[in-house]
Amino acid sequence: MQAVDSPRKGEFDEESVSWSKASEPTQRAFFLFSRRLFARPLPRFAFALLILVILGALFAPFISPYDPIKPDFSAARQAPSADHPLGTDDIGRDVLSRILFGARVSLMAALIPLSISISIGVPLGLISGLLKGWTDDIIMRVLDALLAFPRIILIIAIAGILGPSLVNALIAIGIVGVAPLARLTRGLTLSVSEEDYVLAARALGSSNWRIMMIHILPNIAAAIIVTISLDIGGIILAEATLSFLGLGIQPPNPSWGSMVAVGNRYIQTAPWISLVPGTAIFLTVMSINLLGDGLRDAMDPYLRNR
Amino acid sequence: MGRYLIRRILLMAPTLLIVTFLVFILLFLSPGDPVLMLVPIDEVAQMTDEEMDQLRRKLGLDRPIYVQYADWLFDVLRGDLGRSIHQRRPVLDLLAARFPVTLELALLSVFLASTVAIPIGIYTAVRPGGIGDFLGNIVALMGVSAPNFWVALLLIVVFAVHLKWLPAGGFVRMSDDPVRHVERMILPVITLSTALMAVTMRLTRSSMLEVLNEDYVRTARSKGLGQRRIVFVHALKNALIPVVTTVGLQIGRILGGTIVIEIIFSFPGMGKLLLDAIFGRDFPVVQGSVLLITVAFMSINLLVDLTYASIDPRIRYGS
Repeated sequence: MQAVDSPRKGEFDEESVSWSKASEPTQRAFFLFSRRLFARPLPRFAFALLILVILGALFAPFISPYDPIKPDFSAARQAPSADHPLGTDDIGRDVLSRILFGARVSLMAALIPLSISISIGVPLGLISGLLKGWTDDIIMRVLDALLAFPRIILIIAIAGILGPSLVNALIAIGIVGVAPLARLTRGLTLSVSEEDYVLAARALGSSNWRIMMIHILPNIAAAIIVTISLDIGGIILAEATLSFLGLGIQPPNPSWGSMVAVGNRYIQTAPWISLVPGTAIFLTVMSINLLGDGLRDAMDPYLRNR
Repeated sequence: MGRYLIRRILLMAPTLLIVTFLVFILLFLSPGDPVLMLVPIDEVAQMTDEEMDQLRRKLGLDRPIYVQYADWLFDVLRGDLGRSIHQRRPVLDLLAARFPVTLELALLSVFLASTVAIPIGIYTAVRPGGIGDFLGNIVALMGVSAPNFWVALLLIVVFAVHLKWLPAGGFVRMSDDPVRHVERMILPVITLSTALMAVTMRLTRSSMLEVLNEDYVRTARSKGLGQRRIVFVHALKNALIPVVTTVGLQIGRILGGTIVIEIIFSFPGMGKLLLDAIFGRDFPVVQGSVLLITVAFMSINLLVDLTYASIDPRIRYGS
């Protein structure tokens, strides 16, 4: 019966056409975007290095030449050689194998705290910015207090008080990341919520929830993503610092930070034990920062060279 | 101005309340009984539950959390931060012994970072696109990405182990031996300043670039003023405003960074104190350190805000 209802059919067709049209510019924009991102050599280099770290972490059990945990006292503190390309640590474990397994911790350290910060911080910021009034006042007062405190010390205090373990360290980093993210989201929400399309949606009687999810969030997502990408390096550094202090991962499991801490005692005689994992942290964080910078530049060409 | 100062100081109070209460709750909820930490394990085995309770009562750990917090708060207002559970000394004495070490490290690092980074930032802004600009960018990127314990270890390997120019760690009081004191300060201060140097350099550069595009700089140029005069007289003051903010905010990061540095170089500072207290569940010391660090951090921020007024005549507080 509806097949003969021609206007309806036409309407439907038009809709499907407009959908395919909408996705094409998106694909094109993505293509242009990645071309802009990888136009320069540094982001390319950073991207390649990160892929290497991710592959190493994923396939660590298959490509590690030795067991990362079992000690071999007869091979303790050997300098880098053909057998052990990056040397061995204080109790004879292969540093390369531990680096590969440690990469898993570092990558996890980037993802878990981030998901905690995002899942608490972004909704808080949205609510705060949209509802305003006393809700906003209370949320912001508490967040400001958290921001008034040196970040790493707060992380150390929370992680230490929860008890030394990798999970607690990641929770602590995530919690401390809530405040800055909520603040950013609130600021963006405030500015977007005065836009015509939000006012129009409100005039049409849309609920706060709908305005938040359909009109505001998609419009501020890009800015949030760029900021997050610039934060990831700092988050990995925070985990490394906690593990270095003994507040993160517990022995015998390897994390780059804890490996540096162990090597600290042998810095005079066997510097590779701590310098190798330290360099791994440095290169990984630098690549992430480079990519973050590239991402920001590619999204906003006017900011380039700043 | 006076009124502004008073208002700012009063505004610190709610922040301090929230932060200290948060730490209090966390300490209260944390696993591990401070009494168990206090008594050697073989003695714990011999102690009866009653004796344990007695000790807990003696330390005041058996009361509800809000009573303990209120109690602590009133003591603080009277200038009493309590006694360390492990070291059996007033917390205030411990802080007084440790804080100067950390403060000296932090201030020297900020000073070093600013004196190196601001000139380089200006230079790279005045000659954008040159080799100096490129190198500056690379160094800045490395400075932000390098974990400071790695920088510290590299410096130790190069300057202490190989070149044997400087000691690898340890601390000597200024009053005991000024030369050896300075000697032992060099590597920690360089380490702490690298990250701040990188941030300050980048910021000075971008801020300077922005200011050099302003109308009043164009006016100065069209008047025929020399480059040197334009950069140092017209542009510098305005370019430095955001730099001062960031340097101020970074001091918090430096205070945090000293924890790591103090451990690598075995310095008896706040960081070592706080970390030992956290591991040993020495509640009064953790609370006292957190309070002191927060107060220090907020006072520095206040100082930074006041500095604005002297740099930028458009900013006048209290009117």
